[in-house]
Amino acid sequence: MNFIQTIGYNTLQFIRALGSVCLFFIQILSKSGTALIRFKLSVRQVYFAGVLSVLIIAVSGLFVGMVLGLQGYTQLSKFKSADILGYMVAASLLRELGPVLAAILFASSAGGAMTSEIGLMKTTEQLEAMNVMAVNPVARVVVPRFWAGVFSMPLLASIFNVAGIYGAYLIGVQYLGLDSGIFWSQMQSNISFGYDVLNGLIKSTVFGLAVTLIAVHQGFHSVPTSEGILRASTRTVVSSALTVLAIDFILTALMFTE
Amino acid sequence: MKKSVLEFWVGLFVLLGIFAIGFLAFRVAGGVSVGGGSGKTYTVYADFTDIGGLKTNAPVKAAGVLVGRVGSISLDPQTYQAKVSLNLNSQYQFSSDVSAQILTSGLLGEQYIGLMQGGDMENLEAGDTITLTASALVLENLIGKFMTNFTEQNANGSSTEEPVQAPSE
Repeated sequence: MNFIQTIGYNTLQFIRALGSVCLFFIQILSKSGTALIRFKLSVRQVYFAGVLSVLIIAVSGLFVGMVLGLQGYTQLSKFKSADILGYMVAASLLRELGPVLAAILFASSAGGAMTSEIGLMKTTEQLEAMNVMAVNPVARVVVPRFWAGVFSMPLLASIFNVAGIYGAYLIGVQYLGLDSGIFWSQMQSNISFGYDVLNGLIKSTVFGLAVTLIAVHQGFHSVPTSEGILRASTRTVVSSALTVLAIDFILTALMFTE
Repeated sequence: MKKSVLEFWVGLFVLLGIFAIGFLAFRVAGGVSVGGGSGKTYTVYADFTDIGGLKTNAPVKAAGVLVGRVGSISLDPQTYQAKVSLNLNSQYQFSSDVSAQILTSGLLGEQYIGLMQGGDMENLEAGDTITLTASALVLENLIGKFMTNFTEQNANGSSTEEPVQAPSE
């Protein structure tokens, strides 16, 4: 009986959290004019969310590409099909790995930082002070961060993809000796901009929206204690990773199933 | 941090992102030609009845050595043959009666063009067309021919057996 109670309680909690996130999203949209009026606030947040994540994204992309190149070449060589390595790596990165891994990395670096920052503002009563000064904290604090995250994510995912493809090129062509013309021509003749690249960009934008929304929501609704901030940051990373994977399944089913 | 420095980094990030998207659009999704190698090249042409799965940028090899790449592939509206342009490295000269053949690396590998040097004293020059060509081996056609021969042989085999069995009945 206790087990069933726990399941029921968690289900209700999940539905409540989902409702809270949706209402918060509507609130952000209604105040989104601030992002355009006070554009420099958003630019500042693009620096914190995007620029500071570039290095980790690029390095991770490079290593993921190198692993794909090495594993792909080893396995494909068994079937005398190592020539399709370029296509295989590009398709894997553009369709799935690029958007998903970049979003998870983004959640753990920029997302966690966003939650902690907003949580700390709440703990030190800065958000309350804004309310007292008739400044809407959602418009002033949350909206620029939200749109900066949504804007940065597709750019970061593209950087991840390019780094990954070069990683595979380094291993496949430079190290293992695959012909560079075949590597690129197989990629070019099989990858389509509208189908693969554009769908990947749409995916990463949706992931950016989800991850940033979770991050700012967790920060804004965190318990204003040091432990509360810690828990909120952890929840941001965990929830974002699970949400990204769940959305990825839905988007893949919609986009890449013929 | 100074506002101008911050704006510079954000601008650089956006440029990097746009460059990445451009790279994916043009280089990965096939907008521009790549992998042509360095050094001077000259272009010659070759007409094939069937190019199979030959693609632009595919290697052109002579005795297994990379000597150039396939530049473009188009259909000749007069002869309805595939016209393939070959960008050959200037350091390699071939005789005017060189032959070109579309080959496959491995069983399921990428197709490439193999050149076989002829005996003519004159060299192939830029803009010339290679006349001696052999088309790609299309596996489906080969299997089709094999199946037809196999069926015919079987049919002939059974018809010769019938008269032998007839007296016993």
